[in-house]
Order: sequence, then C-alpha cells, then structure tokens
Amino acid sequence: MSRWFPSPMLSIGLLLTWLTLVQSLEPAHWLLGSVLAILAPILARPLQPHSYARIARLPALFRLLGMSAVEIVRSSFNVAQIILFRRSEGVNSQFIRIPLDLRSPHGLALLSCLINMTPGTVWVDLLPERHELLLHVFDLHDERWWVETIKASYERPIIELFEAPPSSGQGGKA
Amino acid sequence: MTELDAMPWWAAVTVSFLLVLGGLIALIGTLGLLRLKSFYQRIHGPAITITLGTGCILIASMVYFTVAQSRLVIHEILIAVFVLMTAPVVTMLIMRAAVYRTPRTGTEFAAQDDAPKQDPKQDEDARPT
Repeated sequence: MSRWFPSPMLSIGLLLTWLTLVQSLEPAHWLLGSVLAILAPILARPLQPHSYARIARLPALFRLLGMSAVEIVRSSFNVAQIILFRRSEGVNSQFIRIPLDLRSPHGLALLSCLINMTPGTVWVDLLPERHELLLHVFDLHDERWWVETIKASYERPIIELFEAPPSSGQGGKA
Repeated sequence: MTELDAMPWWAAVTVSFLLVLGGLIALIGTLGLLRLKSFYQRIHGPAITITLGTGCILIASMVYFTVAQSRLVIHEILIAVFVLMTAPVVTMLIMRAAVYRTPRTGTEFAAQDDAPKQDPKQDEDARPT
C-alpha cells in the first residue's frame, strides 16, 4: 500500500487538480489523472528529504485553513487602511521574536506559508540557537498579543496536525 | 457584450462589485509601494494584492463564466492555490535577502530610502547574529 501510494493525500490532490484543469469528468480523464496521481508521488519521492507529510486529522487542517482565510481578509483591510490613512513614520514596524515548540519540518513549512500569506506579517528567519521565529510585523501594538496569537491559533493546531498520534503534546525532537 | 446583456442583474452586480473591489485593493497595494518609506514596510503592501485582490477577481471570474456558460466553472481555484503556495516563498526570499544584505553593504538598507532615524536601529537590534 505505502509502496504504491506513498502519499494518498498528494495522489487525491493531483487527481482533483487534473480533473479541474481539463474541466471534464469523462472516464478518459479519470484514467489519465489516476496514472498521474500514482506515478508522480512515486517519482518525486527521492526529492523529499523528510519523506511525505502525514496529516493526522483532515478536518483540523480545513478548520485551520478556514481560520487563516478569515484572518487574511481581516488583516488585508487593516493593512489597506494603514496604507491609505496613516503616515509611514507613524507606523510601528518591528521585528519580534517568538519561541516555537513546533519541530516538524512540514509543520514549520505550513506555518511559514500561513504567516506570509497573512498581510502585515512576514516570516524572516528561524533562529537556531533557541529555536525562535524572527517575525516582522507591519504595525506592532502589543508584542505579547502577537506571541500568544501565533502560538495559540497557529502553532498549536499545526502541532496537533503533524505530531498528534505518536507523541502526545509537543515532544518529538526530530 | 451580448453575454453581459443576457446576464441576470444579480450576477452582473456581483461580478462588477468584486471586480471593482479587487481592482481597488490591487491599487491600494501598489500605493503602499509608493507611500511607505522603508523597505521593511514596503514588503507588506503587495501582500494584500496577492491575497484579497487576486481572490476577488478570481471569484468574479468564476461567477461570470458560470452564469454566462450555464455550467460550473471553478478551475480558477487552481490559480488561487498556486498563487497562495508560491507567493509566501517569494516574500520570505526577498525578506531574507534584505536582512542579509544590510550588514554587508555597510550602509543601512532603510537609510538609503530616507527612512526615519529610529527605523534602522530597530532593525539592527532585532537582526539575528
């Protein structure tokens, strides 16, 4: 099973992408899409240094993405408002540090994408010595609030997504 | 124009509203490049164009073609997915290039752009190393 389907989620995603791309549900396209969905993950497996991600709970992923979508819309309007009505000198742009418990490379990749998608925050670097995230915030009001928000609403769900079944909580120093 | 005339009014209103909103957001994002003074502030401007601006225009496209062709047209979702997967990587790349470039050139990156005095110092404090 795992030899032929190293990543079932990736296979399903590729099949859906193919069907959406050709805009058709004919059997021929199902066949071609399935071939692609089976072959591509097998061929691409050597390119993945950390092997494919295992997502424990799919509903949790969708809940996280939905929450991020709401957050993106909300902060888009905030950033637009700042650009339109505030002077550049008055905007308090700062670097802040956030200590992270998340260790999974896939989880860190997802976290960085979600943070960079949200307007007003840019992931700069992961400081290796104490495993801190260096984050640039467009308009900083309260550093503590940012640390708590990132840890509670982004990091915790991602830890549960990727590291839930084997190690309860946030152990797993991989 | 015949397709647009044949559209029901609610679809026409939705499509126009989303297109105007998406266009405005793209304009505001670009305006950010012009108005914000330091590099680290300017990097946040186009982010709203990428997410909300693209989103509005793609939803408008989905509604328009779904109504005009009387079938479900949703392959614009793929554009959204690929934009949302690649844009964060590019943002991070540009940001890190800026951070690493600053000490090498000797002059503050932000100072070249007539940034306020405290800005380079804050950046200096928070930089790794």
